[in-house]
Amino acid sequence: MTGTLFLVQVLNGLQLGVLLFLIAAGLTLVFGVMNFINLAHGAQYMLGAYFAVAFYGVVGNFLAALVLALLAALAFGLLLEFLVFRHLYDRDHLDQVIATFGIILFLDHAVRAIWGAAPLTLPIPDVFTGSVMLIGGQLYPVWRLVIIGCGLAVAAGLYGLVTYTRIGMLVRAGATNARMVSALGINIKRLFMIVFGFGTMLAGFAGIMIAPIISVEPGMGDNILILALVVIVIGGIGSIRGAFVAALLIGLVDTLGRSFSIDILRLVMGPSPARMVGPAIASMLIYVLMAIVLYLRPAGLFPARGR
Amino acid sequence: MTGAAALAAAGRSGLLRPRRDIVLPAAIFLIFALLPPFASLLAEQYLVDLATRVMIFAVAALALDLLVGYGGLVSFGHAAFVGLGAYAVGILSAQGIDDALISLPVAIAVAMLFAFVTGTVCLRTKGVYFIMITLAFGQMIYFVATSLAPYGGDNGLTIAARNTVAGLALLKSDRAFYYVTLLCLLATYLFCRALVASRFGRVLRGAKENPARMVTIGFTVRSFQLVAYVIAGGLGGLSGFLLANSTEFVSPAFMSWQRSGELIVMVILGGVGTLDGAIVGAAAYLGAEEWLSGMIENWQVIFGPLLVLVVLFARGGLIGVCARLWRWFGHA
Repeated sequence: MTGTLFLVQVLNGLQLGVLLFLIAAGLTLVFGVMNFINLAHGAQYMLGAYFAVAFYGVVGNFLAALVLALLAALAFGLLLEFLVFRHLYDRDHLDQVIATFGIILFLDHAVRAIWGAAPLTLPIPDVFTGSVMLIGGQLYPVWRLVIIGCGLAVAAGLYGLVTYTRIGMLVRAGATNARMVSALGINIKRLFMIVFGFGTMLAGFAGIMIAPIISVEPGMGDNILILALVVIVIGGIGSIRGAFVAALLIGLVDTLGRSFSIDILRLVMGPSPARMVGPAIASMLIYVLMAIVLYLRPAGLFPARGR
Repeated sequence: MTGAAALAAAGRSGLLRPRRDIVLPAAIFLIFALLPPFASLLAEQYLVDLATRVMIFAVAALALDLLVGYGGLVSFGHAAFVGLGAYAVGILSAQGIDDALISLPVAIAVAMLFAFVTGTVCLRTKGVYFIMITLAFGQMIYFVATSLAPYGGDNGLTIAARNTVAGLALLKSDRAFYYVTLLCLLATYLFCRALVASRFGRVLRGAKENPARMVTIGFTVRSFQLVAYVIAGGLGGLSGFLLANSTEFVSPAFMSWQRSGELIVMVILGGVGTLDGAIVGAAAYLGAEEWLSGMIENWQVIFGPLLVLVVLFARGGLIGVCARLWRWFGHA
């Protein structure tokens, strides 16, 4: 019985991990290539979910809503890039933090003003409703498996893109030394725009995929943003591989920590203090992990070369 | 060179700056000191409440300006110190200890201890890693507070009454509390001024400009930065002590990362690296909140873009803009 419960929690952890990867990938690419710290990335994840709900209300078909929401997220991301972000690329990080914080304030509350503060829901597409039986008889929702599958597929595609294509080569070169790439005759502004748009779409995609199993509400991107930041810091800023490893690590540690901290603590203390201390320790776990990683390797597990 | 010309030259080269530098802080503190009688004259009691909050956050913002403006250390977890100070008051009060002679030192000490432990780790990193690791530590303490079930957890903790001072209910009246807060702000301001002007402050600024050079000269830059971080933490604890006593309530929301962001916004809005700016910024931010939220419900929809505009076009914050206008008119 504990075995199946463990399996369920591992799957949940994986699901959180791939979700974090989708968000962190864009964040780490944007930072790696443009040296730009975009706190509004979490708000773009939120927007993806809201766009999906809005388009679903119009077209009534999940796939169509997905495509439309992705396009809307992309268009909105590029608009933001054009209006604000491109003027911040050569500013210091403090300015970037403040300006993107301002954008978070705006988006969180604009969403609240347009769609209201009450949580919205998006139905799971009919094909993927229901559950599958795991070994041991536990039921597991299909949609979570779909999320895991999509996330892994995106990760594989991204790996191929970055490793084997010309644009991927430029991205890697940009992460190492953007000025040199520009000096070699590459239109760096266009490269920035492509990377930024791509990152925005990944965050929007994450928001759309998770929307059916969580409540879509204002500010939903804020906490996931912090987790994504932890992921890219542990993975090494600018490294897709690092983001992938760290995302799965954080997803698993956080989920397993929350489910089993009380049981583990009960081995060394009484049940009532364990129930009290357990949740606190579980919520600290990933930050302690990050502190340990940064203490040992201040530039993360897989630092992008050249910086 | 005639005396007048020498004086003018000295004025241009900044030798006479100290005289002008004293005008703004003197004006600020004079306004704060005279505000309560004016407010009661106008029967606008909310002004006193607003100014109390401004002063409380200004204490924390001053400490943050010490780090950001003078140390070049962009700490995105500053609300954690405020929250720790507030929770120290709340938890002690829940245990029946409600005298400021105990809770104030405890609030400051807890925040300093947390700053010391996390600072040791954070200061190993630089730049954007530092921003993110301080953010993460702040988030960590936030989640610890939300899981403190015996002390209210998510919902926070109501404090039965304001702290007494040596058994006397000195802080009970809002007017008295206002002036105690003003005194704390003044002490913090003077302390920060002295710190910045001292040798310690010069080393800190040197490390911001060029850490490699400071290390080469022979300073252990990281210990200086750690001391600054711990001091800023302690001042954050003081702010938390005041906040808990003013609201008679503590909640995890005091240390959410948005709060840390707001503190940075205050520092930038006023003018980073000026100390005066931290107070001006706290007043501007909380004033804008009060004013805009009276007009529309989601006031951040206006404030967010305003913030972006300040970053893009108003370098040096409000103080910087005013100084530029001043010079512009002066030379016109």
